[in-house]
Amino acid sequence: MNRDLLAIAAFALAVAVLPLASGSGVLLNLAMTVLYAALMAQAWNLLGGYGGQFSFGHALFFGTGAYAQVIAQLQWGLNPWPALALAVALAAGVGLFVGALSFRYGLRGSYFALVTLAFAEVFRVTALSVPFTGAGVGLMLPLRAAPANMQFASRAGFVWLALALVVIALLLTAWLRHSRFGACLQAVRDNEDAARAIGVDPFRAKLGAIALSAALMGAAGAFYVQVFQYIDPGIAFGPHTSVEALVAAIVGGMGTLWGPVLGALTLHLLAEATRNLFGNLPGLNMVIYGSVLVLIVMFAPRGVVGTGRSVRGLWARRGGPHD
Amino acid sequence: MFDLSILFPAVLNGLTTGAVYALVALGLTLIYGVLHIINFAHGAALMVALYGVYFLRAQFGLDPYLALPVMVPAMFALGYGLQRVVINRASHGKDENILLVTLGLSIVLENLALLAFRSDTRTIETAYTLATVPIGPAMIAVPKLAACAGALVASAVLLWIVRRTDLGRAIRAVAREKHGARLMGINVEHVYAMSFGIGLACLGAAACFLLPAYYVNPLVGNGFVLVAFTIVVLGGMGSFAGALLGGLLIGVVESLGGLWLGESLGQIGIFLIFIAVLLLRPQGLFGARA
Repeated sequence: MNRDLLAIAAFALAVAVLPLASGSGVLLNLAMTVLYAALMAQAWNLLGGYGGQFSFGHALFFGTGAYAQVIAQLQWGLNPWPALALAVALAAGVGLFVGALSFRYGLRGSYFALVTLAFAEVFRVTALSVPFTGAGVGLMLPLRAAPANMQFASRAGFVWLALALVVIALLLTAWLRHSRFGACLQAVRDNEDAARAIGVDPFRAKLGAIALSAALMGAAGAFYVQVFQYIDPGIAFGPHTSVEALVAAIVGGMGTLWGPVLGALTLHLLAEATRNLFGNLPGLNMVIYGSVLVLIVMFAPRGVVGTGRSVRGLWARRGGPHD
Repeated sequence: MFDLSILFPAVLNGLTTGAVYALVALGLTLIYGVLHIINFAHGAALMVALYGVYFLRAQFGLDPYLALPVMVPAMFALGYGLQRVVINRASHGKDENILLVTLGLSIVLENLALLAFRSDTRTIETAYTLATVPIGPAMIAVPKLAACAGALVASAVLLWIVRRTDLGRAIRAVAREKHGARLMGINVEHVYAMSFGIGLACLGAAACFLLPAYYVNPLVGNGFVLVAFTIVVLGGMGSFAGALLGGLLIGVVESLGGLWLGESLGQIGIFLIFIAVLLLRPQGLFGARA
């Protein structure tokens, strides 16, 4: 636990000084994008990596948080900071609802993946059709740059906000790794029947995991609208967000503390490199993105973190320097 | 209150749309329902087939229906190769990995199409694209009737393959007891690849029946993925007759949903049915096997 906390503190410090060390807009934008992607990946990782429940519809929670954030401000005149709390709570609520239904009826594996995808589609089609989401037109958040409005004149503010959210996600994950609840969850992931036999309640473990996961994803949705000030049903509930969250977690390494962060970093550096090498050809970065996913699953199913560990293990066995 | 003069055409229209859905879902029934391979790339593969039909028409003036003998074997080869070279090697024996690899494949295929063709939506014109025939008080599009016939023939052929041929016996054996089948001398990898090939060959046929009255763009498959999974689950995993009935039912649900709830909200019925069936009756409405 202490080693995890130390690593998180070092990470937080290193990223926090980034905006002070460099005013480069490109760098800060990249940092913000990576942090935001890491937040979504870490959210997915709590349920998918530690709980073994592969959601294909995490956009469901992202969109809930995003719409709650905008609607609370536009229609109820709420300040963005309490609105963020509301968005997180609502997303967690949706997570509990979907989780209660799916896990009560024992949906596992591909069935769970498909049902989450279907729920996301239900929300997308509903958001397209009801007036309070702005239907197909979407909702726009007015620009009022001030920290009290959770909008910042420079990117630095958003980097720090994203960093704070990622640190919360990392702390939650670190707690999960070492808590009794986390042990129960991982036991359910590895063998549900065996876990039940030793007195673990799989339903409660999975329900807790989906609530936490959805809450973090809701925070990512709220963060998204604060930065881009616009949301529509396709952005909110479309499959793209669900895919982004799970791919980053898998590429980095599921069920690890740093996998999602490394996955997000790897994928965005790759996207950046692609852009620099080939220019802005539409779709090319996604071709590489998809290929990386296939290659990772084929050759490094344990992701960047897992592969790093085995390489280090090999090195140690061959008599290389020990760490 | 709805009088029959609105309801009848809506139901009939839904049935013909449903036949097209069934055609797309039939291949998935074999891949997902029998072998339990989650193929997320099914929609993207349909998109590839649609572009194939489009180019045969645009480059060589080949009629979409006459493209059948080209597209069906071509898609079979693509499916066989993909399963053999990519999916099988990546699975490491885990369902989740197949899910992820086919997801990655669909991202790659869709964006390659985006790179090659931009996001333009393309259509083709044939003499019968807009032709209709009167059935009772309704006017039904000729291409949709052809698709109905195609769906019937395709499910009959699939049924024959699975029930009557050696390959079909091997597929059923592998689906039920993979290790036992291997012990009996069945080449499991070959059976998987054949099934995947046949599944995609169905998409080749579906594309030929779709395009005369439909369009193609890089993301066109997305709209079909969840619908196809819904039909497979609804029809009872692995049942071709179930997929046909499920497809027709989904077509009618969508058509009536559109009539009562409007164009965009109408689709919600499909997803709600899907969720309800998954939760309450995962063996499907028509499926007997648990």
